[in-house]
Amino acid sequence: MAVISYREALNQAMREEMERDPNVFIMGEEVGYYNGAYKVTQGLLQRFSERRVVDAPIAEMGFAGIGIGAAMVGLRPIIEFMTFNFSLVAIDQIINNAAKIYQMSGGQFYAPMVFRGPGGPAVQVASQHSQALESFYAHVPGLKVVMPSTAVDAKGLLKTAIRDDNPVVFIEGETLYNTTWEVPDGEVLIPFGQADVKRTGSDITLIAWSKMVWTCLDTAKQLADEGIDCEVVDVRSLRPLDVDTLAASVRKTGRCVIVELGWPVAGFGAEIAYQLQRHCMDSLDAPIERVTSDDVPMPYAKNLEDEVQPQVKDVVAAVKRALYLEGE
Amino acid sequence: MTTPDSVRVEPDESPEAVETTAEELAPLYRQMLAIRRMEEAAAKAYSQGGKIGGFLHLIIGQEAVCVGALAACKPEDYAVATYRDHGHAYAKGSSARAILAELYGKKTGLVKGLGGSMHLFDSKTNFLGGYGIVGGHVPIAAGAAFASKYRGDGRVTLCFFGEGASTIGGFAEGVALAALWKLPIVLICENNQYSMGTPLYRSLAVEDVSLRALAHGMARDRFDGDDVVKVKRRIAEAIERARTTGEPTLVEVVTYRFRGHSMSDPGLYRTKEEVEEWRRRDPLGRSRQRLLDLGMKDAAIEELESDVKAEIEDAVKFAEESPAADEYLPYVIKE
Repeated sequence: MAVISYREALNQAMREEMERDPNVFIMGEEVGYYNGAYKVTQGLLQRFSERRVVDAPIAEMGFAGIGIGAAMVGLRPIIEFMTFNFSLVAIDQIINNAAKIYQMSGGQFYAPMVFRGPGGPAVQVASQHSQALESFYAHVPGLKVVMPSTAVDAKGLLKTAIRDDNPVVFIEGETLYNTTWEVPDGEVLIPFGQADVKRTGSDITLIAWSKMVWTCLDTAKQLADEGIDCEVVDVRSLRPLDVDTLAASVRKTGRCVIVELGWPVAGFGAEIAYQLQRHCMDSLDAPIERVTSDDVPMPYAKNLEDEVQPQVKDVVAAVKRALYLEGE
Repeated sequence: MTTPDSVRVEPDESPEAVETTAEELAPLYRQMLAIRRMEEAAAKAYSQGGKIGGFLHLIIGQEAVCVGALAACKPEDYAVATYRDHGHAYAKGSSARAILAELYGKKTGLVKGLGGSMHLFDSKTNFLGGYGIVGGHVPIAAGAAFASKYRGDGRVTLCFFGEGASTIGGFAEGVALAALWKLPIVLICENNQYSMGTPLYRSLAVEDVSLRALAHGMARDRFDGDDVVKVKRRIAEAIERARTTGEPTLVEVVTYRFRGHSMSDPGLYRTKEEVEEWRRRDPLGRSRQRLLDLGMKDAAIEELESDVKAEIEDAVKFAEESPAADEYLPYVIKE
């Protein structure tokens, strides 16, 4: 068991899968000679050569589509977006082609591939480079959407994504690359559709994914001092969604706060809230609370940027509302 | 090849006949005729019985392009087309039965009633599909070519699109990457001179689409699509280039669709005289005359034509009698 960074975990996942399967290749901007804009592909070019680590020019729509075409005839591309903000210029490829090819072709063709890269608000890069877009992709049948919060999840889920026969949108936490976690030696494979209880507790369930899992763990630590015992459940894969694990936790605690970095309107947390009221109505002791970023494009100034995003204090306040402790 | 300063669409009015034989031309004529009869049957079912729904884009008038081009490739080569894809699917080897059943939304359709007219696919013939978002399929075709280069399997990809696609980003990026990475692809612009109802001169500053190749250091070609054998020969040159050197080619074939953009389009943006002029150049009539000139007997041509008639009648009957499409869930996520 080694403690490694989230960045290193992703690198190991790709390296191991490229060793295992000659059909796996990586394509994206700066993935080769530059070693990745965030150094996630460090050393892969030296190991696998230009044939399998392909530096692409700035043409997301083009190289995302090339990945789809290559996947349709049997390769297993990993398409890196320098950040998921740039996936928006390729979203036609992802939604209209990758997600639909299996159905549209009556099951004759499919797209086994991964669209990966960092997403979610970063630090002082302003509105166009700082946003959580997972709700866009989670809306689409035919896609899988995965968002690891820890190094071990990053490794295990990316390896699963590369082996999956469907297009997987794999959004890494842009501010998580330096976080560390224990990762077992040898093969690490984590199936999709399995939420993970990152902290057990009895009073309330905090549901989150990616960076917000860390915010929820910090919240739980702080509230423990006040005698409030939080359970933190990491969704890990938004599609497929493990409603059973989420519902089991809420049935146990009777209360729930869903925390996400996305905007409030039609955010993925709203879908989880719907699923939970549908499955746990009789167990709920309070309305399900949501904590999201504010309904605004991200400001640049650090103080404003912090104010817009969910902070521990915001989650604490939501927990207290759900426990009817508001105003105490 | 045209000269770099050519900017007007002026197809050769009296092209020199490309050398051929009845043995070569007869099957090409047969394919074009089958496509035309198949689409006429589809139009009838659409208009008269409401048996075909949604969008139905007919290729009538342009058949020589897909038939000539696909006659030049090998079965293992890939083809990718637009939403106007019935002819391409047929010319790549799919049956009229499966195509018409798909248009009818039947279980026996080429894609089980899930794709319809715009999304024909056939893994058995390496037909990688018809796509409904203009230009979005050009990168996909480049991806199939990328895979061929990655594997060194010697296959070539033929990518068809209209001149209307040449203004959208998917085309620009697909062409740029195909040129940069020297992918074995032939990019075939079926220039039917109208982007839906908008003529070339109102949509392109430079009407010669093949000139786009120059910016990428890519080989190009441009010619009229009246003669199916000429299409076959010229596309064969580009395929040979792709197969032997890995170099892509941008080929523009000037053609004309006799019908509207889709069934709902009466085509009021064109003059009757213009349409009549192009109908006189019909690639089918031209091929038929050529077959006679090459010594094929009237009786033999008529036999071929009645054979096509029977094939399409059988396909219509098959489509009519096939069971309705009945499943959609199994093909969302691959287990």
